[in-house]
This record gives sequence, C-alpha cells and structure tokens, in this order.
Amino acid sequence: MPTLLRLATAGSVDDGKSTLVGRLLYDSKSVLADQFDAVERVSRDRGLESADLALLTDGLRSEREQGITIDVAYRYFATAERSFILADCPGHVQYTRNTVTGASTADVVVLLVDVRKGVQEQTRRHLAVASLLRVPHVLVVVNKVDLVDYDEATYDQVAAQVQQTASSLGLSDVTTVPVSALVGDNVVEPSGRMPWYTGPTVLGLLERIEAVGAPHSEPLRFPVQLVIRPQSAADERFRDYRGYAGQIASGLVRVGDEVTVLPSGRTSTVAGIDTADGELTEAFAPQSVTLRLDDDVDISRGDLIVTSRSVPAVTQDVEGTVAWLAEHRLVPRTKVLLKHGTRTVQAMVQAIGGRLDLDEARLRAADSLELNDIGHVTLRLASGIAAEEYLHSRAGGSFLLVDAQEGTTLAAGMVGDALLATAAP
Amino acid sequence: MTVTDDAQPSAATEYRLDQLQWLESESVHIIREVVAEFERPVLLFSGGKDSVVMLHLATKAFWPAPVPFPVLHVDTGHNFPEVLAYRDATVERLGLRLEVASVQDYIDDGRLRERADGTRNPLQTQPLLDAIVEHRFDAVFGGGRRDEEKARAKERVFSLRDEFGQWDPRNQRPELWNLYNGRHRPGEHVRVFPLSNWTELDVWQYIGREGIELPSLYYAHKREVFERDGMLLSVGEFATPRAGETVSTRQVRYRTVGDMSCTGAVESDAADVTDVIAEVAATRVTERGATRADDRISEAAMEDRKKEGYF
Ligand SMILES: Nc1nc2c(ncn2[C@@H]2O[C@H](COP(=O)(O)OP(=O)(O)O)[C@@H](O)[C@H]2O)c(=O)[nH]1
Repeated sequence: MPTLLRLATAGSVDDGKSTLVGRLLYDSKSVLADQFDAVERVSRDRGLESADLALLTDGLRSEREQGITIDVAYRYFATAERSFILADCPGHVQYTRNTVTGASTADVVVLLVDVRKGVQEQTRRHLAVASLLRVPHVLVVVNKVDLVDYDEATYDQVAAQVQQTASSLGLSDVTTVPVSALVGDNVVEPSGRMPWYTGPTVLGLLERIEAVGAPHSEPLRFPVQLVIRPQSAADERFRDYRGYAGQIASGLVRVGDEVTVLPSGRTSTVAGIDTADGELTEAFAPQSVTLRLDDDVDISRGDLIVTSRSVPAVTQDVEGTVAWLAEHRLVPRTKVLLKHGTRTVQAMVQAIGGRLDLDEARLRAADSLELNDIGHVTLRLASGIAAEEYLHSRAGGSFLLVDAQEGTTLAAGMVGDALLATAAP
Repeated sequence: MTVTDDAQPSAATEYRLDQLQWLESESVHIIREVVAEFERPVLLFSGGKDSVVMLHLATKAFWPAPVPFPVLHVDTGHNFPEVLAYRDATVERLGLRLEVASVQDYIDDGRLRERADGTRNPLQTQPLLDAIVEHRFDAVFGGGRRDEEKARAKERVFSLRDEFGQWDPRNQRPELWNLYNGRHRPGEHVRVFPLSNWTELDVWQYIGREGIELPSLYYAHKREVFERDGMLLSVGEFATPRAGETVSTRQVRYRTVGDMSCTGAVESDAADVTDVIAEVAATRVTERGATRADDRISEAAMEDRKKEGYF
C-alpha cells in the first residue's frame, strides 16, 4: 500500500502550471477516457490541433468562461509508489489566500518558472510564502525549455538564480528540473532532448521525496477533540469508560508515558490507547486515537495532552505572523476569535507590528493590514493557549482568526516572528 | 538515532501510515470535530458505498460509544429494493434513528413535478433542504469526494450553505492546516465532506480491508437490462424499455446506486471486493460518466445543482 504526499502548485499566469498538472495527470494515467474525450472536444471547438491538457483542470463554469482558475482545486493521482493529493493554486486572483491555503498542508510546493523569464517578482513571492509556511520541500520546474532549444546554459542561469533567491529567503531544500510541460520532457518520462540533464523527472522526484519529519523526533502533542463516555452503552464493560479522543498532532505516545494536561498543568500517566480496532501499545502522528489516563483528571475539549518531558508554556500573549484574508482591513483593537488546535478563545489584536514586503522580504511599518497582506501582530487572549513557535512546530504554531459575528475566517496565523526567520540572510 | 533507552522507540520501527490509514485518520478527525462543535449533526445515508464508508468511519470515531447523531435518507421513490433493505438493516444494527425525506410525497401533493426525462435525482434538493430546516440540522455529513467531478474538486471539507441552502463557489472560506471553521449564523448550515480526499479506488480498497458489507448490487449478478443512451438500465417499475430497446439478461454490477430510472449498470464479472478493486484500478471511465445520466446533461450539471443546495 503506497504512502501519501501532499503537493501545492504555484506559478505566475501562463508559466504553464495547468499544462504541467494536466501532463502529470495524463502521463500517470489518472485521466479517464470520458474526461479526456471532453477535453478533446472542447479543444477542437476552440480550433486547437491537439488536446489542450490545461483544460483538464478547469473546474467551475466562470473559470472556463474567463479562461482562468479562481479557487484552489484538489486533484488526485497515483503511481505504484505513492498517491498524491495536489492542491492546484491559481496564481493571480486572491493569490496570497490561495497559496497560503495550499502551502499550509503541503509536503512539497511545485513552483513553475518560465525559462525565458527567469525569477520574477511572483517567483520570489511564492518562495517567500513557501518559506513562511515552512513547507518542507520546494521543487522548481523550469518550464518551456523547448522554447530556448533545450539550451543548457540558459537553464543553468535560471537554476542558479532560483537557488540564490531561495537561500536569501531561508529555504534550503530546493530542487530545480528543466521541463517542457507542453511536450512532456522530464515530467513523467525522461527527455532525450537534454543529454546534459541526468537528474530525475518531476514525477521521479515526487516519488522519492521524504514525506514530513519522522514522528518520533518530535514531542507528543495531543489536542483533545472530545471526551468519550458511553454511559448508555449496552456493553457492561464500558459503563465507566472515559477516553479522550483526538488526532496526534506531533510525536509518539506509549502506554505508561507521563503526560501533562494543558492549560491546567495536571500530570498523569497514559493507561491505554484505544481504537475501534483494538488497544495499541503506542501510537504516533497523525493517528486518530482515544487516550485513557490513570487518574480521573478533569479534561475537556480544547485541552492539550503533552509529554511531560517537553511541556510548552501556556500564555495569553501571542506574537504572530498573519496572512490577512478578509475584505475589510485589520486595525489594532479588533476583537476576534482565535482557533489553535481544538481550542477557541477570544482575542484582541493589540498592535500591528508591520507588513511584510514580499518582494524585498522585509518588514515595513504599517498600522493596518489589507486583504492578502502578510504582517506581524500582537495578540492578547482571554485565556491561555500552549502556543509554540511555528518555526519548530507546524501543528503547535498555527492558528486561525475568525470573525465572532460573521463566522468568516479572517486570517491564517503562525506563532512567532516568521518574518525575521524568512528574511534572515 | 543512536541512543536507545526505554523511552525511545526503536529506530527500526517505521512510524508511517499508509494511504488508507492516513485517510481514515483524517476522516475520523473531521467527524469528531463536527460532533464537538455543532449541536445537531446528521449524516446523509443512502446505502450507497460512499455513505456506507462514511457511516463506518463514524462508528470507529466514537467507539465504544454509539454514533451520536441520526441519519437522513432523501428517498427518490425510485430505489433499488436491495438498497432499501440494506439501509434498514444497517440502521437497525447500529441502533440509529433514521429520518426519511421523500421525493414521492412532494410529487403526490404537488410541491414537486416529475421531470420530462423521469429522473428524480435533481428533485432531491427541495426535500433535503426542507428536512434540514425542519429538524434544525446545523451540520450535514455528505459522502461527496473531490475526485468525482470538476465542481466538487473545489469544494471545502467544511462547506457553508446560506439560509437558502445555496453554495457560493466564489465565496468559500479558505481552509488552512487541519483547522476547520464551522461557525455559522442562525439559519445557515454547514455541509461536511469527510471523504473529500478519498478516490473511488481508496473507497473500494478500504471496503476490502475493513470487510465492510455492501448492498449486493455492487457485485456482479444476472439482471434483465436494456440499453438507453449508452447505459444499461434495469427493467422494472421505474424503467421500462421503449420501442426499439431490446431486453437481455446480462452479468452486471452497479458502480453507484441511485434513482433506478437513470442509474446504469456496467457489464462486469466482478463478484467480490477483490475483483471490484482490480476492475476499478483498470477502469478507463469515471463512475459518474459511466452510470449517471443526470451528470451527462451538461458540463456544469453538478455545479448548478450544488449551487442550489444539492448534496
Ligand atoms: N512551448 C511551450 N509552451 C508551453 C509549455 N507549457 C505551457 N505552454 C503554453 O503556455 C501557455 C500557458 O499555459 P498554461 O498551462 O495555461 O499556464 P498557466 O496559466 O500557468 O496555467 C499555453 O499556451 C501553453 O500551451 C511548454 O513547456 N512549452
């Protein structure tokens, strides 16, 4: 049974993203006959000679009408080694919102660059977002090499530019591949037209990349979703059952482990790890399990069970970086809800510390944030959360800001000064 | 890792979930979030394989407690009898409350009119929305998957519906990390799709691994069928051959189960789940393309229905 890898695509308009995704789907045989027939039909109607693979990814009617993609779409393809979930993120409209969304769950960002144009403003921004969101790997597809006659020197120049930009943004694991998405060179099949390139294809790389960090290298974090108490259960054995259901956010838990419950700070020992398939002796991220503890501690939704060997501080003061996703601007003294793990608390935006200039990757003074801005904020919470630096923990450091009245999602937040980490030389 | 003491796991163990374990864990997390954050969830249960898998995941999510919400069937009145029998047996076995919203009732009292093409799938929207209002359901679990269809590829896991039950694809909430936002105003509700990231093949492999029982018509059987619009329809009360359409007995199975009048069978010898997995893995046509007349009407058929409040 293969493992899963989550991808997010990014690129400026016309760099060939839809063509690349269409190619990945088509060449990996994930496109079924009726879908392909529809694409051929539309291509013919538009007077094209061959099927335009980019059409495979056009979703909504308004997108087809305008010939653009508006919203993140999810696609699925698989090889014998791996299954892929691809968040296809459009590059122009709502660009921050879409790339931040795609990057938040991605193991790999696949970024397109037109070999004729090299690193553009947009490329820089996409790399900055990948860095900010701590996406473990970035794969830069240097596309349209057919248009420069498969010239090695031109590719090398762009590749060097990419690496330089990436490292200035604090990204270390960046790989480049020369590709013609249109013709199919180095997407799934290796190309015979670039003898100077001996590296793997795009799909080859995606099959080989290590998925996110091994769970046992991180401390246990277990946000409690709900308490399971089957009082009315027909089965006698479960009359006094009390378990804490959740999905392990990071690390590993074993029966007998000493744990601490936050925010209360009470300690206990893991008495059992239950699943519907039977008891486990250990479990790891991202498994969904139910924990039983030795003592009758008072635990409810929103609590966080952590290993007593590494207990994060609980705080009501959070410094964070937010991507502002709402139409109206954010100004200081705004009251919001903050969702962190399974805990939702009231929060007040105390101050805005600046806005990130993605082109220069530095912070500029600002006293408000507009739609699609990324900025630094100081928050005061009505009750404490175990906020951890996003830099060290994607699970423990991510949060949402939500409008208490409307219910809309206002911002994606990351604990700590992600901006400085990104801009550091 | 070089040091190993009791507190450390052995480096030899591979702490990695395979694809189905990963998907199961994600779905269980989603289902639990809904129960924790909503007051009146309901699960749409038709007896079709996706809703069966979804209900199976719900039983696992709350074990050893029972599933803490009722199920709702929007009954077209054109059901396969095997599927209804399966539905009732499942509800009985799990001790669940079953609500039925009946398209037939709406047709009988004139609130809905039969369509010219006889298809009742699009007629399900109104009874569904009325049932949501009547029971004040605030979260509605659906078995939709993003791999099914283009408009679904853009659907969120938590998908807000306005007070008219409508979906606005251009105004969806961004969904970040695994932090789902289920807040809504009175009158609005949220559709939740725990199987968003599953493919048809995943569903079948999971049915195989978990040994989940399905209505028998998912497996190959002999049936009297006739061909219409390139589909094999079952001869019966809801679909009768017209002049020129010839009836024959063939070895078939269903890839989806819905309105008998417009759900086609495919010729197949796949008699058990292993055969079906092999067939699905090798198949060249999407399940909707193969077997749903209503989805073939236009490129945007599903998008339009979803905007109105369909599943
Ligand atoms: N010559 C050439 N053209 C390409 C290549 N990839 C994409 N294109 C063309 O570039 C244009 C934009 O491609 P598309 O995939 O729609 O770009 P998107 O806006 O990034 O999704 C289309 O006309 C494609 O046919 C390539 O590798 N070589």
